[in-house]
Amino acid sequence: MKTNRRDFIKIASAGTGGLLLATPAFNLFKDNEEPIDDTKVKRYPTYCEICFWQCAGWTYVKENGDIWKVVGNKDDQHSIGRFCPRGTGGVGTYYDPDRLKNPMIRVKGGGENGADSFKDVSWDEALDYVAKKMKEIAEKHGPDSVALLTHGSGGSYFKPLLNAFGSPNIAKPSYAQCRGPREVGFQTTFGSNIGSPEPTDIKNTRCLVLIGSHLGENMHNAQVQEMAEAIENGATFITVDPRFSTVASKSKYWLPIKPATDIALLLSWMHVLINNEWYNKEYVAKHTIGFEELKAHVAPFTPQWAYGITDIKPEIIIETAREMSEAKPSVIIHPGRHVTWYGDDSQRSRAIAMLNGLLGSWGAKGGFFIPEGTGIPQMPPAAPHPHSEHDINNGLYPLAGDILANKIVDASIAKNENDWRIRGWIVNGTNPFVTMPDQENTKKAIEALDLLVVIDTMPAEIVSYADVVLPECTYLERYDTLRSSSFRFPSIALRMPAAEPMYKTKSAAWMAKELAKRLGLKQYFPWKNEVALLDWQLKQMGSSLEEMKKIGVKNFERTTDMYPVMDETYEFGTPSGKIELYSASLAESGFDPMPKYTAHPEPPQGFYRLNYGRAPMHTFGRTVNSPNLNDLMPENVLWVNPKVLKEWALKNGDEIWLENQAGVVSEFSIKIRATERIRYDNVYMVHGFGTNQKGLSKSYGRGINDQQLISTVMVDPLMGGTGFRGNFVTFLTSKPEKEAKA
Amino acid sequence: MRYGMAIDTKKCVGCSDCVVACQLENHVPVGYARDWIVEVTEGTFPNLSLEIRSERCNHCDNTPCVRTCPTGASHIIEGGIVKVTHNECIGCGACIQSCPYDARYTHPEGYVDKCTFCDHRVKNGQDPACVSVCPTHCMYFGDLDDPNSEISKIVNRRKIKTLAPEAGTLPQIFYLV
Repeated sequence: MKTNRRDFIKIASAGTGGLLLATPAFNLFKDNEEPIDDTKVKRYPTYCEICFWQCAGWTYVKENGDIWKVVGNKDDQHSIGRFCPRGTGGVGTYYDPDRLKNPMIRVKGGGENGADSFKDVSWDEALDYVAKKMKEIAEKHGPDSVALLTHGSGGSYFKPLLNAFGSPNIAKPSYAQCRGPREVGFQTTFGSNIGSPEPTDIKNTRCLVLIGSHLGENMHNAQVQEMAEAIENGATFITVDPRFSTVASKSKYWLPIKPATDIALLLSWMHVLINNEWYNKEYVAKHTIGFEELKAHVAPFTPQWAYGITDIKPEIIIETAREMSEAKPSVIIHPGRHVTWYGDDSQRSRAIAMLNGLLGSWGAKGGFFIPEGTGIPQMPPAAPHPHSEHDINNGLYPLAGDILANKIVDASIAKNENDWRIRGWIVNGTNPFVTMPDQENTKKAIEALDLLVVIDTMPAEIVSYADVVLPECTYLERYDTLRSSSFRFPSIALRMPAAEPMYKTKSAAWMAKELAKRLGLKQYFPWKNEVALLDWQLKQMGSSLEEMKKIGVKNFERTTDMYPVMDETYEFGTPSGKIELYSASLAESGFDPMPKYTAHPEPPQGFYRLNYGRAPMHTFGRTVNSPNLNDLMPENVLWVNPKVLKEWALKNGDEIWLENQAGVVSEFSIKIRATERIRYDNVYMVHGFGTNQKGLSKSYGRGINDQQLISTVMVDPLMGGTGFRGNFVTFLTSKPEKEAKA
Repeated sequence: MRYGMAIDTKKCVGCSDCVVACQLENHVPVGYARDWIVEVTEGTFPNLSLEIRSERCNHCDNTPCVRTCPTGASHIIEGGIVKVTHNECIGCGACIQSCPYDARYTHPEGYVDKCTFCDHRVKNGQDPACVSVCPTHCMYFGDLDDPNSEISKIVNRRKIKTLAPEAGTLPQIFYLV
């Protein structure tokens, strides 16, 4: 038996024992005086780092220097002056006593019973260690043996560092584990990515169609605000979801589809639109190619055919298609965001894109507008784009627009001892145990690494596997790269500190520059500090740091039309210059030129498909420990239909454990939420819970980490996306015996 | 002048932003809240309806909490806002018992606390924190005595209901249904 080279280091909780059991009278603030006037406090511009929406706002600071609250900036098109609960509760990331506080280095056998431990070290010691290890790896195995896994603002500094170092191996789990397939689906159809924020003109739409998208439970801020506006305007909502989601309850039509059959519904909708001549004839004639092929392709996909697959009644399929047609072109079949479900996700996203093409919504008011953004000048010299002879994606997935984070994991596992492999990870702002499937595989990869550097604000699970931990200050304590958004109009936003960094934490910018110095790459970080860089960038753009500190957000006039006038000569970014209902390039690459429905595995007897999603107050795994947000939802629950519970003699509130089809048993338990709001063939939980990191004192062991039970991955052959929704769970009504693990 | 609130259940998504914004604005300790979300599901699969409400003190016209308060700590100020003077409150809990909406809680420092309609903001012409932050713009705050106020107009135009009308408290928070 091999002992682990890399023990999981338990991180002591900052809270005292019993804190959770006693009624938490823990006050975020030191005093409890009457609220003070906004006029007596200072405010500093920021943009939120809690999720990818990056809403701009103001951090309010009291006279004694305490951060009080964060509110939206009225000039910002992402927040429209209002933060969502996660952003409002973002103050908790600053006050959380569980934060990482000191740079730490792993000490082999330094803990109890010969286990590893962390020791606090100086920044110099930590950074010298990282630089030395990176150089050693580069000398022996090449600089491309060091990879970066990143999410959020820190990437702006660590990406150029890695590139300058000589590694192109940079991946964001947000691509292959989240939104990649929709980019491919829309790119192959319209020649344009969706991007972020999505250019959906929801506030002007007459009909919004959501395929599993749970707007309002995901708090994509401006989009949720526009959804409310659309409700007010009387727009028709059509929601396709096996769960009666919040937005389903606000929809004229809820289609409780049998999970994994969405493509059948989409094909049938196309059939109905074409067969009844309800599609946008003029638009299709002007702007599309392959209509005749599509017509022939969807001819067999009648509503009766789809009913047998989807459980959606033929008359409902026809009626909803008519609603879309009547609203056209002011209709949106929403591309969704997290779309890595069943491995045919690019094709499902393409079917969504094609449906929009048939209705003429691309470029139309109330459909998809054409976004416009502005670039941020970068201080030269730019870091080179290094070439690596090792293709992380293995020549597979020709449409992948990015390096796949899961392939970085795979490329870190040696097939043979002498094979080239990735040997160092720098992980910033992402926790692979929550973002990536197959945790055993991730552990195997980590076990084989020569260097694991984790840069974060909180002790996520990945921290316990690190060789070096670099504590980042929160977004409320630092300057950062300018936010440049491509949306309704070009705009930039400033983030500046509202307080000094607590403890010994530092910004990613500072860390990257310091590492660059030690690696002999300081010429790629030519600025003195973030302030100097920002001021230089802003002056190039005709503004200044001084101006931006006052306004926070600067908006620019569009130079192009939001809803372009589209005559026959209008060129799309596809190879043909037209909307490709038939994709010759997909056919050439050996893929289906038009989407097909494929039946996916069904849950075995006594098992239920595991579905997951978001709650409005939580994002990723990074909010579950945040004081106010944890208070709103301290653990996830399992949504189960009462009919299923009857078979199991279980009831609301009962505590169970889950086991998946591969025998993986959940580490923690979950409470049942008996609800009519879900089909009998699947169960649902909110993502991001069930951490086994004791250092996260408020969230440790609360609920189940869905990712632990996602051990089967259905891979998208077009772009390598990891489909998560082919996993099935059964209930264990008593605490399972802990598996003996080596 | 009569302050009130209208909350559109058709737009509310129950995100709880109102709860967090209130906690931060008013220094409500973690673990306590002056406002909260209620979700009511009716029907059986697949014929379902869901009502989502942001709830808080109803700042009633007929106030059992003020009547039962032995010290006068619970009182009514300009505009009909029901308030508690913390240093006059002995924490006896009579008001908590008398409130049909469970809108009051005992603060860990011993006094009873509740929604103030953010009167400290309102007197500066701002909306209460919950209203100002709501991402769905589902809350309307204003003067019910002024027929031209946004709240008066929406309450007159839309179908409304109040909570526990049978308690006779004449609540001043109206749910648009």
